[in-house]
Amino acid sequence: MRSCMNQRGNQDDAMAGDRLRPYGDTMNDGRVQVSFTLPIPDGDRAVEAAKEIVLSMGLTNPVVAWHESLDKDFTFFVAYGSHEKGIDYSKVKVQSVDVPVMSMEETDRMIRERFGRKLRVIGASTGTDAHTVGIDAIMNMKGYAGHYGLERYEMIDALNLGSQVLNEDFIREAVAFDADVLLVSQTVTQKDVHINNITQLVELLEAESLRARFLLIIGGPRVTHELAKELGCDAGFGPGKYADDVASYFVTELDKRRESNTGR
Amino acid sequence: MAELRINWDKVAKAREASSAIADDVVDRLSRFTTVTVERSIARLYGIDGVDAYDVPLSNVVVDHLQEKGVLGEGIAYWLAQGVLSTGLSPQALAEGVARGEIELQRFEKADPYLCSLWAKEQAEKALGRIRANRKFREKKIRQFGERPSPLLYAIVATGNIYEDMVQAKAAARQGADVIAVIRTTGQSLLDYVPYGATTEGFGGTMATQENFRLMRAALDEAGDELGRYVRLCNYCSGLCMPEIAVMGAFERLDVMLNDALYGILFRDINMQRTLIDQSFSRMVNGAAGIIINTGEDNYLTTSDAWEEAHTVLASQFINEQFALRAGMAEEQMGLGHAFEMTPGMKNSFVFELAQAQMARQIFPDAPLKYMPPTKHMTGNIFRGHIQDALFNMVTVLTNQRFLLLGMMTEAIHTPHISDRALAIENAQYMKRALADFASEIEFREGGIMEQRADDVLTQALSLLESIRADSLFHAIEMGRFAGIKRRREGGKGLDGVTAKGEHYDNPFVGLFLSEQKEGMAV
Ligand code: B12
Repeated sequence: MRSCMNQRGNQDDAMAGDRLRPYGDTMNDGRVQVSFTLPIPDGDRAVEAAKEIVLSMGLTNPVVAWHESLDKDFTFFVAYGSHEKGIDYSKVKVQSVDVPVMSMEETDRMIRERFGRKLRVIGASTGTDAHTVGIDAIMNMKGYAGHYGLERYEMIDALNLGSQVLNEDFIREAVAFDADVLLVSQTVTQKDVHINNITQLVELLEAESLRARFLLIIGGPRVTHELAKELGCDAGFGPGKYADDVASYFVTELDKRRESNTGR
Repeated sequence: MAELRINWDKVAKAREASSAIADDVVDRLSRFTTVTVERSIARLYGIDGVDAYDVPLSNVVVDHLQEKGVLGEGIAYWLAQGVLSTGLSPQALAEGVARGEIELQRFEKADPYLCSLWAKEQAEKALGRIRANRKFREKKIRQFGERPSPLLYAIVATGNIYEDMVQAKAAARQGADVIAVIRTTGQSLLDYVPYGATTEGFGGTMATQENFRLMRAALDEAGDELGRYVRLCNYCSGLCMPEIAVMGAFERLDVMLNDALYGILFRDINMQRTLIDQSFSRMVNGAAGIIINTGEDNYLTTSDAWEEAHTVLASQFINEQFALRAGMAEEQMGLGHAFEMTPGMKNSFVFELAQAQMARQIFPDAPLKYMPPTKHMTGNIFRGHIQDALFNMVTVLTNQRFLLLGMMTEAIHTPHISDRALAIENAQYMKRALADFASEIEFREGGIMEQRADDVLTQALSLLESIRADSLFHAIEMGRFAGIKRRREGGKGLDGVTAKGEHYDNPFVGLFLSEQKEGMAV
């Protein structure tokens, strides 16, 4: 039977030594710890249910190390299991911004040489999001964690609109400012509000035929470059990224686009 | 209890400066009312419900008066005129306005004196409803016995009130004493209060009167089962501050966040608007026996906790004076502060302990709200749980009234049910393990803890004196708090500020102030 063969095939793969597995205290032991709550009363049956949940995650040898009633109908579990199957590390692809990071001085020099004018960058924390520390980290003079913000760059005109800026207003301000780059920060992610908000921004830009006019960059604690691309943005930056990373990216990218436009 | 030696002379001077700062604000703003203060009064007179477009009737009548250019006389005046001319109830008048059948400004036959009599008489009825809630709370607490400090304060924030109720009851059974329902993003900027039960929100749940009622009932049920009174907290902040205070008074909330400065700095709400709103909100809260929570702890999320600790203390002094001017008893002032120094810093625990102890001694009767680490919480939930344990230790050692439960997943999501349970377990463990520790120790005279407390106090005093020399408005314009600058005429909601006219009357002010005095005497 086909399905049987598939299973065998997978198992064979899993036995191969070149697969990547979690490490507990011995190479390839595959040990993983998980914790979760099930909406059922605590008891023997609950523990058995938890084991099955762990098994269905693809983990083997499940051990429920701890279970505790949180309320009549809720039980908390801490469990261990082994990820024997592992993955093929050579097939792991990651989308990241692949641009050498320049210092502030280098970036300024490059803008001067390649553009001969200041680049205009507008940023905001948009929608109903009131978190500004992220966008401020990138834009404010002072910067963050020892990385100066865009306002300090000689060749960048940075305009930070702050928080709770509606997409419509953001676009209007960007056009009025004649921005080259849009920076959008999103911190609240409950119920995917950040995804909906960015999607709406991209749709609005497209509806007004403005999408190609700007480089659109998003950032926030749950933002990855991959997510940004998926949502139709040019790039995304998450934690541990600062103004120099972002500036290096947009200067390089704008330069590339300028070159392909002028057909050099 | 171990005590720090504090320079009480500086404390007295700080209070004096804050008193002058608050007087100046009250002075500048007393000639004005706002749309939301007037809507609160409409609600107090029993106007409830929404029109065919889901616009709350309190907005409908107030917008109507504003449109006719007569809001300056106050809604109490126009309702009195309307009732005395037509014999209809305020609610019926509001419904008439909504249908476009009634124009309130056309009724101006009654003598203003008769109007103020009506207004006062009806106001007493509303007060009766609020008083009954206060008495009910007092009775329940007497029946079950007051809970010892610190009260464990847990947050629910699913966005769906029915899911919140499940989580809240679970938290109460696990040992939470206070349940705070966090509001969804965006609500603070709405210039109306949504109506009815709601099931959608981001990072929190809508504050509506129906949601308040549902949660109150859920907690009463859990409380009766557990044999203790479970307190309910929500936010009267943002553009509808006093209206939500009224809703909280009607639905027997016990604790409400209330802080104009938070709205100014973190939501860009116009400072004049929200300071006027705050004043009336606190009178409502005060009369309802609701403990307010102020938000200065938040400054340390954008400013450094070591460098800017004094701004928190200065703000506590100012908030205390504002609350006093609204007639509030010290026992209702849940002034905020926080444990936000970076874990990378040597002696951070020692300094946090010093500051928390200092706050405790400077505001001995205030039920201080102590906030857990948030800013330096990371995806490393294991370290996070330890940070929260240190915070819990400080809370217990310094006998704070409200222990806001820190969640190890703070940097990731609004709490899961297990996060909350683990947080409660952590806090209860510290409460038990350190029960009598504070009475067994002394602080070294002139040691680094006393020095730290004195430094913070000294800096707070000098900040307060500089604010006094200009004004609170100017200080905010200069970015003195949280490093955020806001303009006097900027921000949201200034168009809702109106100068009071010649017949302006808000009978609730006098009633609430005297109710608070009597409440205190009881
Ligand atoms: C500080 C803070 C606040 C402050 C914000 C002050 C301010 N002016 O920003 C205050 C107290 C006001 C606040 C309020 C609220 N908060 Co808050 N807050 C936080 C906290 C503690 C830290 C966030 C922070 O400042 N991080 C530091 C910055 C530097 O990190 P960052 O944003 O990731 O930025 C970096 C990168 O991501 C990147 N980046 C960020 N943006 C951008 C943009 C671009 C273009 C680029 C290139 C890069 C980039 O660069 C930065 C530097 O590396 C987190 C918890 C935590 N520890 O993470 C909760 C947290 C973010 N808050 C949360 C919530 C729910 C709220 C509220 C909605 C609560 C409520 N119901 O009232 C309100 C907000 C209301 C609203 N309308 O939004 C939740 C979000 C949950 C979720 N996943 O959806 C969190 C995770 C806490 C929690 N567990 O509940 N909050």
